[in-house]
Amino acid sequence: MKKHNLVSRLELVNITKQYPGCLANDNISITLMPGEIHALLGENGAGKSTLVKTIYGVVAPDKGDIIWDGKEVNIKSPSIARDLGIGMVFQHFSLFETLTVSQNIELCLSKTQLNKIGDLAARITQLSEEYGLNVNPSRYVHSLSIGERQRVEIMRCLVQSVKLLILDEPTSVLTPQEVSGLFGVLRTLSEEGCSILFISHKLHEVTEICHKATILRGGKVVDTCVPNEETPASIAKMMVGDLAEQDAGYAKKEGTERAFNVENLSLPAKQPFGTSLKNINFELKSGEILGIAGVAGNGQDELMAIISGEDERNVKNSLSLDSLDIGHLHAGERRKLGMAYVPEERLGRGAVPDMSLTENTLLTHSDGFVKNGLVEWQSIKEYTSALIAKYKVKCHGEFSEAKSLSGGNLQKFIMGREIGQNPKVLICAHPTWGVDVGAALAIHQALLELRDQGAAILLISEDIDELFLLADRMAAVCDGHLSPVVRTEATNIDQIGQWMAGTFINNSSLHTQEAKA
Amino acid sequence: MDSDLIVQILFAAVKTGTPLLFIALGEVICEKSGVLNLGQEGMMLMGAVVGFLAAYGTGSAGLGVLAAMLMGCVMSLIFAVLVLHLGANQVATGLALTIFGTGLSAFIGSGVVGQTIQGFQPIAIPLLSDIPFIGKILFSHDILVYSSFAMTFALMFVVNKTRIGLTLKAVGENPHAANAIGIKVLRVRYLAVMFGGVMAGISGAYMSLVYTPMWVENMTAGRGWIALALVVFASWRVGRIMLGAYLFGLASIMHLVLQGLGWSISPNLLAMLPYVATVVVMVIISADKFKEKLLAPRALGKPFDPRQMA
Amino acid sequence: MIRIQARTEPSSLMKVASPLLAITLTLIFGCILFSAIGKSPSQALHVLLIAPLADSYNIGEMFVKMGPLLLCAVGLSLCYRANMWNIGAEGQLLAGALGGSAMALYFIDSESAFALPITLLAGVASGMIWAAIPTFLKLRFNSNLILTTIMFNYIALYLLIWAVHGPLRDPQGFGFPESAMFADSTLLPTLFESSRIHLGVAFSIVSAFIAWFILSKSHLGFQIRVFGSDEPAARYAGFSSKKLSWFVMLFAGALAGLAGVSETTGPIGQLVPNVSPGYGYSAIIVAYLGRLHPLGAILAAVFMAVLYMGGDLAQIEMGIPVAVVSMFQGVLLFFLLACDFFINNRLAFSNQATN
Repeated sequence: MKKHNLVSRLELVNITKQYPGCLANDNISITLMPGEIHALLGENGAGKSTLVKTIYGVVAPDKGDIIWDGKEVNIKSPSIARDLGIGMVFQHFSLFETLTVSQNIELCLSKTQLNKIGDLAARITQLSEEYGLNVNPSRYVHSLSIGERQRVEIMRCLVQSVKLLILDEPTSVLTPQEVSGLFGVLRTLSEEGCSILFISHKLHEVTEICHKATILRGGKVVDTCVPNEETPASIAKMMVGDLAEQDAGYAKKEGTERAFNVENLSLPAKQPFGTSLKNINFELKSGEILGIAGVAGNGQDELMAIISGEDERNVKNSLSLDSLDIGHLHAGERRKLGMAYVPEERLGRGAVPDMSLTENTLLTHSDGFVKNGLVEWQSIKEYTSALIAKYKVKCHGEFSEAKSLSGGNLQKFIMGREIGQNPKVLICAHPTWGVDVGAALAIHQALLELRDQGAAILLISEDIDELFLLADRMAAVCDGHLSPVVRTEATNIDQIGQWMAGTFINNSSLHTQEAKA
Repeated sequence: MDSDLIVQILFAAVKTGTPLLFIALGEVICEKSGVLNLGQEGMMLMGAVVGFLAAYGTGSAGLGVLAAMLMGCVMSLIFAVLVLHLGANQVATGLALTIFGTGLSAFIGSGVVGQTIQGFQPIAIPLLSDIPFIGKILFSHDILVYSSFAMTFALMFVVNKTRIGLTLKAVGENPHAANAIGIKVLRVRYLAVMFGGVMAGISGAYMSLVYTPMWVENMTAGRGWIALALVVFASWRVGRIMLGAYLFGLASIMHLVLQGLGWSISPNLLAMLPYVATVVVMVIISADKFKEKLLAPRALGKPFDPRQMA
Repeated sequence: MIRIQARTEPSSLMKVASPLLAITLTLIFGCILFSAIGKSPSQALHVLLIAPLADSYNIGEMFVKMGPLLLCAVGLSLCYRANMWNIGAEGQLLAGALGGSAMALYFIDSESAFALPITLLAGVASGMIWAAIPTFLKLRFNSNLILTTIMFNYIALYLLIWAVHGPLRDPQGFGFPESAMFADSTLLPTLFESSRIHLGVAFSIVSAFIAWFILSKSHLGFQIRVFGSDEPAARYAGFSSKKLSWFVMLFAGALAGLAGVSETTGPIGQLVPNVSPGYGYSAIIVAYLGRLHPLGAILAAVFMAVLYMGGDLAQIEMGIPVAVVSMFQGVLLFFLLACDFFINNRLAFSNQATN
């Protein structure tokens, strides 16, 4: 923020939005000056996404005014927002994979904008060089990495010469190194006078780059602050409210004997834009948590699918449980041998949305509750209510539909259900994604307790902090390759970040070349 | 087989393939926007009967085609409202449209069964029709066949070269993303479904005004369904639909070919041929799961509710 | 002003009320239609709905029509619950009629007590084979089940027509495309003296109860429901999609085949080209109207059978084309799908104007 302008770029006055059963935004007022980088902070469900979608014209507010460059405006659609000079980079990108970068950008531009620009591809190349974005206009989006896709989204805004850029959790999909690259671009834009609204829940990033911060909780503004005058801990306190119990450090453990092994696992991608797995090797010991870091889309889903058997291809010699080959067994047989899973997608995979919790218990507990092909509904009902009580799942009882539960409570239910099978091996993906602090703590403690009982746990997560907190050993995936596995005490965020970016791949191929020479 | 017979067979293949071409062109646009309309057969039958009634009443085949287009459009609107606004299951709604169209067309056409009219007459295009072989096969047809050529090339251009085509693909691939960047997803889908209806109407009119020309209950005999298979066969590419339509046309007139070869097979068994051919083709085309996922519009058949933005 | 608002929980009242509302709206539509073509709506409704239930003979005939509708609809309910879009009940019914008839003609001079059971089994097996081919093509070659089952409907129809013109034609039938009348040993017994209600009708009701039992009490039924409601969850749980697909398709094929053979060995007594007035297609509507619930299908099949009877009577008594039945079926399904919108949504009345 260099110049001191009197007219604000954007002013939100008493924005209110009511969804059925949830007041998403409650009288929110925020002011943004030109060139200001403003953080919007809050837990999941605090109302951040609704608010920025209101600014971008995707959601219509029930009440409140939006003042842009000193004038009241009615932003009815994204195209009006774009005409004003508002650009947005979505958390789940709004790109079309079967189109090229240049076609993607073209779709966002009006005819007049297009005519003004003339040669779109040339303009993209020029901006790409100017800001160091490295975006090639003729490439198809499906061939781009997640980081590249984000840069395409930013490019889409730059082409329209934005005055306000909104970024919804932009760093959650980036490696630490890519994050610093992004921050460089944002600082340049800010110096040119572009305002930036930056949604995040990563506090150290906010203190690093943002000039001001507004903290939302339960749809309301609860505080504002100047981040570099605060510590991450003090901001966290504002976000969570009454000081919720926080995760303390946990003791690391050494595993005992090998429980599960992956050997020379290579698989071509099954989905058109999927990742193929390239010669993956690791072993998982009883009584340890092995954490796998990585940016989404680098093979985590494919790895989980082939381990669980949801991907039905035969990899007989690559997977073994207690030295028994299981790669040719189907998913149900692997469960019977003692494998359990907590998938990333909790509603729609881990639980059937339209079915009751009782039925959702039966989903993975066929063994104990089915006699002669018939379901013993009474005993499974009793088991479910015990499960609900034990894991403090907030719901209206064992007949509640899964979709009526909040993300955190459903996750506690699924976690409890899978742990209840006394698994030898638990594969767990993004267990606390989108979960509030209290539930995350309960989930962490349940995982550690299971480990201490001797189970082997594979923890796949995009949250590096969580991995350092829980994992006894760690590795990273990049483009379907798995990095070396190291003890957590023996590594640091910087090394894991490098591995997430794939530096180990070049190293190992270099080594083999050297060996050959 | 002598060359005259081959020319005759290929001429008939184009003629038989034309209704398939019209209706499949409509359906491919509809599917590219992410909507699967299984009501093709019903819309086509309604187009056929209304086209025939209008031509029978006014004596003008041209007005018949216009009426059929309008009827196809109205039928597709019923589908569009249910599927796009009320979020009804696309498969069930499409089936309902076919059952409804089958019944309604038989109902309103019961009075004119067996009547004949003056349909479109062939117009040989000067010069072009004099080209050996090709001239007779492609350029000695009626006006509707020529407009199907024009329609194919126009759609190839629109889909592959224009912003309309880009928008259509975007909506069919990722409606949520399209909505987020300000494309009116439901409007695009309405227009695509209605275009499908209009084309199904013309296709029906071709059956009752040119191909037979008369009205019989259920006269489309599953062509609406074969058109759906044709779209899969063509991997959602406009140009290939033309090729596919004529190949299917050829399969439907196989009895001519077999007669030419001097074989005699029961006509009832030969009547199965287009359906068997459809199954065989679908098996071959779909066997490559990976490829089909790559080519099919990714949101095909999935509902989109703009109110549910996560 | 009136607005549409999403419900937080689906309305269980609307789930039941929606079919009734749809039937009511269809009848209103019918009245308007009959007025428009100059027929008396009250007379038309009487003929369509009341007359089929007016005397014991008509009620008996209604049950005769209900049998095949219910048999097909029960199988389809299970298929649709598992997200297997089997549109092939018509073809499976025709295959059952054809296979069963071939067996019945083999027994034409037999008085064996096994003749009827074997004939019925032949029909069931033919229906299963006709369902098995598209299932195999889907599971092995990923081909679209909707389209292949439809194509197999047409193929079955032409196969049947070919058979009655050729190998199965009655040699003494003066060239008519019909088979010989079956021997008594292969005819289904009737249940009551004065009506044509036959054993096949009883089969249909029993089949509905069996399907209900499977769906609500067995683990297999639970797997079917999970598979249909949320396929990724079914894969995650390790349920075998192949096993479930085969089960529902063969079950549906067997019931449709039974419907076909019951028609030829029951009310018809021989193989004719028009065995089915589209029962297999109407069964799709019956399945939906019964909420894909096997017991609901019983009520829906009764309604549909009444409509079929009414269509016949309306043609005889009022000269209304019989195609009106199929049109009403389509309208009924439209209204049903539209009413289902209000299971998850409601109308909100408020004075507050919104922008």
